[in-house]
Amino acid sequence: MDFLKDLFKFLMQRKKFWLMPIIFILLVLGVLIVIGGGSAIAPFIYTLF
Amino acid sequence: MKILGISAFYHDSAAAIIQDGKILAAAQEERFTRKKHDPSFPSNAVSFCLEYAGEELNDLDAIVFYDKPLLKFERLLETYYAFAPQGIRSFIRAIPVWLKEKMFLKRLIYEELAKVGPFNKKRVKLLFPEHHLSHAASAFYPSPHEEAAIITVDGVGEWSTASICHGKGKDISILKELQFPHSIGLLYSAFTYFLGFRVNSGEYKLMGLAPYGHPDSEEVREYIRMIKKELVELKEDGSVWLNQSYFNYATGLRMVKDKKWEALFGFPKRKAEAPLEQKHCNLGMAIQKITEEAVINMAREAKRLTGSHNLCMAGGVALNCVANGKLQEVGIFDKLFIQPAAGDAGGALGGALAAHHIYFDQERTPAHPERDAMQGAYLGPEFSELDIEASARRNKARFTKIEDFSALCDEVALVIEEGKAVGWFQGRMEFGPRALGARSILGDARNPEMQKKLNLKIKYRESFRPFAPSVLAEECDQYFDHQGSSPYMLLVKPVKEERRTELPEGYHDFDLKEKLYYQRSDVPAITHIDFSARIQTVHKDTNPQYWELIDAFQRRTGTGLLVNTSFNVRGEPIVCTPDDAYRCFMRTEMDYLVMGNYLFKKTKQPDWKEKSNWKEEFVLD
Repeated sequence: MDFLKDLFKFLMQRKKFWLMPIIFILLVLGVLIVIGGGSAIAPFIYTLF
Repeated sequence: MKILGISAFYHDSAAAIIQDGKILAAAQEERFTRKKHDPSFPSNAVSFCLEYAGEELNDLDAIVFYDKPLLKFERLLETYYAFAPQGIRSFIRAIPVWLKEKMFLKRLIYEELAKVGPFNKKRVKLLFPEHHLSHAASAFYPSPHEEAAIITVDGVGEWSTASICHGKGKDISILKELQFPHSIGLLYSAFTYFLGFRVNSGEYKLMGLAPYGHPDSEEVREYIRMIKKELVELKEDGSVWLNQSYFNYATGLRMVKDKKWEALFGFPKRKAEAPLEQKHCNLGMAIQKITEEAVINMAREAKRLTGSHNLCMAGGVALNCVANGKLQEVGIFDKLFIQPAAGDAGGALGGALAAHHIYFDQERTPAHPERDAMQGAYLGPEFSELDIEASARRNKARFTKIEDFSALCDEVALVIEEGKAVGWFQGRMEFGPRALGARSILGDARNPEMQKKLNLKIKYRESFRPFAPSVLAEECDQYFDHQGSSPYMLLVKPVKEERRTELPEGYHDFDLKEKLYYQRSDVPAITHIDFSARIQTVHKDTNPQYWELIDAFQRRTGTGLLVNTSFNVRGEPIVCTPDDAYRCFMRTEMDYLVMGNYLFKKTKQPDWKEKSNWKEEFVLD
C-alpha cells in the first residue's frame, strides 16, 4: 500500500497522469511474472536502469 | 543530529554517517564483500558506519538514499515510449527487474536495514534526494568554500546527466541541467566500450591510454572531426547533443551500434584483452580531448552563471583527472575542490549532507578557509595492533615489530631504495577509488624497472597503465608544474621540464612498448608517456605516517616522492583488513608488507598454499 500511495503522490506532483495506464498494465504483468516465477536478471552492460 | 547516507543497487554501493554535519565515517561495500563495484545493499558498510559512530539505526534522525527511484522509473518508461517500437527486447528484459525489485526500493531498503539491526521505520525518516543534488552536496558541503559554483557530471542519474549549481552557505540552487540521453559520461563510456574496456570501470584505463595517441597526427585530428560531425555536438554552454542514431544505450543492450561505429572509424570494436594498436590510442586521445573541451565549456558557463571564484566538482566524470588538470590550467576559477569519492559511492555522503543542510535546514560553516572537511578521505575502518597480530597468527606469518615508527620508516625507506615493492597498510582506509597512502603499494619512482615490476609482477595488469606519485606537499613544485595541493590524486600535471630527458627523433612513431619503456625523466616510474603525472600531495596533518615515510626516503635519497598504487591486484577491490592485505602480499611478488608498526618480509614467510587458482576469484576489469 505504501508503494501505491507513493506512486500516486509522485504522479500528482509530476503531473504525469498519462503514465498511469502503462504502470497499471505493468503491475498486472508483474503479478504474472511473480506467479510464473520468471527470472529477473539485469541484462545490461551499463546500469542505466 | 545523526544521518546515515546510502548508495546502492546500481554500482559502487556505499554508506556514510554524519553527526551535526561532521563526517564521521564512510566506506564502500566492495571493500567488505571483496566484489569490485559491488552494487548490493551496503549492509557491511552500514554496520561499520553505525559501529564507528556508536549508534543504532533507531537512534538516527534520518536515513538517506542517494537518488529518486520513481523518477528513474519515469525516465525508463518515457524513454521506451519515445523510442518505441525500438527497444522492445530490452524492455521485456528490464521490466521484470523493476517490477520485482527497483519499484519497491523503499520496502527493499527497510528489509535490508532490519537485517542490519533493530529498526523501526516509523521512528526514522527515509529520504530520497535527487542523484545530482547528492553529487553536488558531496562536492560543496565538505569544500572549504562559503560560496562556490558546482558542476556535477556523470553517466546518468534520474533524468540529469550533468548540472551546474550554485552553493552559498547551506543552500544549493540548481541553475542548469543536461538531461538523458545526452550525456558526457555516457559518451566517454561509449568509447570505453568500443575500445574494448569494461563500461563503468574501464574509463580510467581509456584515460591512461589516451596519451599514447600521436598528438600531432592527422588521424587524431580526423577522429576529432568525425566525432564532432557525426556523434556529438558540443555547445558553448557545456551541454552536448548526442546523435542517437549511433548509440544504443537508451533502449538497447549495448552502448553503441557497433556496425555504424565500425563504418565511421574504419575498424571494428576492439575485443577485450586484444592487442592495442596506434589507432586505438589515437581514438582514445580524440575522445579525451573532446571530453576536456566539454568540461571546460561547462566550467565557463558555471562561471558566467555564478560569477564565483571557486568551483566544486563531483560525478564520475570528475574522476577524469586529466580533464581536471586542464581545467585548472585554464584558470577560469581560482580554487577547485573535487570530491575524492566523486562517483556514486560519494552519493551516500552527499545525500546525508544534503538532508542535514537542506531538509533539516541546518547552518553550515566551512571548517577551515583552506582545508576541506574530508579528513584526507581517511574515513574507513582501521585496525589495532591486536587485530594485526591476530591476523598474523591466523596466517602463521613471521614479522618484526619495530616500536619506534621513525626507525620503521628508515628501514622501509632503505628497502624501497633497494628496488623493493612494499605494501603499506596504515590507519583508516580511504573512501573513494584512490589509494592515498593508507592501503597502498609503494616503490622507488627513480627506478627504471619499477613500472614494469609493479604492473606485471604485482598488479598483474596491462603494461601500458601509468603509476601515480605521492609527493611531500612541500616538495611538489620541485617535481611538477603545479602550485598548491592535490591531496586526492585528482589532478594530472606536467613533470618539470628540467627533470625530463630529451625525446629521440621519431618518438611518436615508436610502437606502444618502445614508448612505454623509454626513460622520460629522472622519476621514470611516475612519468606518463606525455610527461604528465597524477599527483598526490602528502600532508603531515592528514596522514602523518605516510608523510614521515616519504620524508625518511627523501633524507636518504634526496627524492621526496614515491610511486603509489592501490593495494590490490587487477579486478580486486583495494584491501580492507589485515587478512586481505596479507593474502594480497603473499599472492604477488611484493617484497615487504608494513601494517602499523609490523614489518613482514616475504622471504621469511611460510609457503603460501591456495586450494584454487586465486586469479579466477576476480573478474578482470
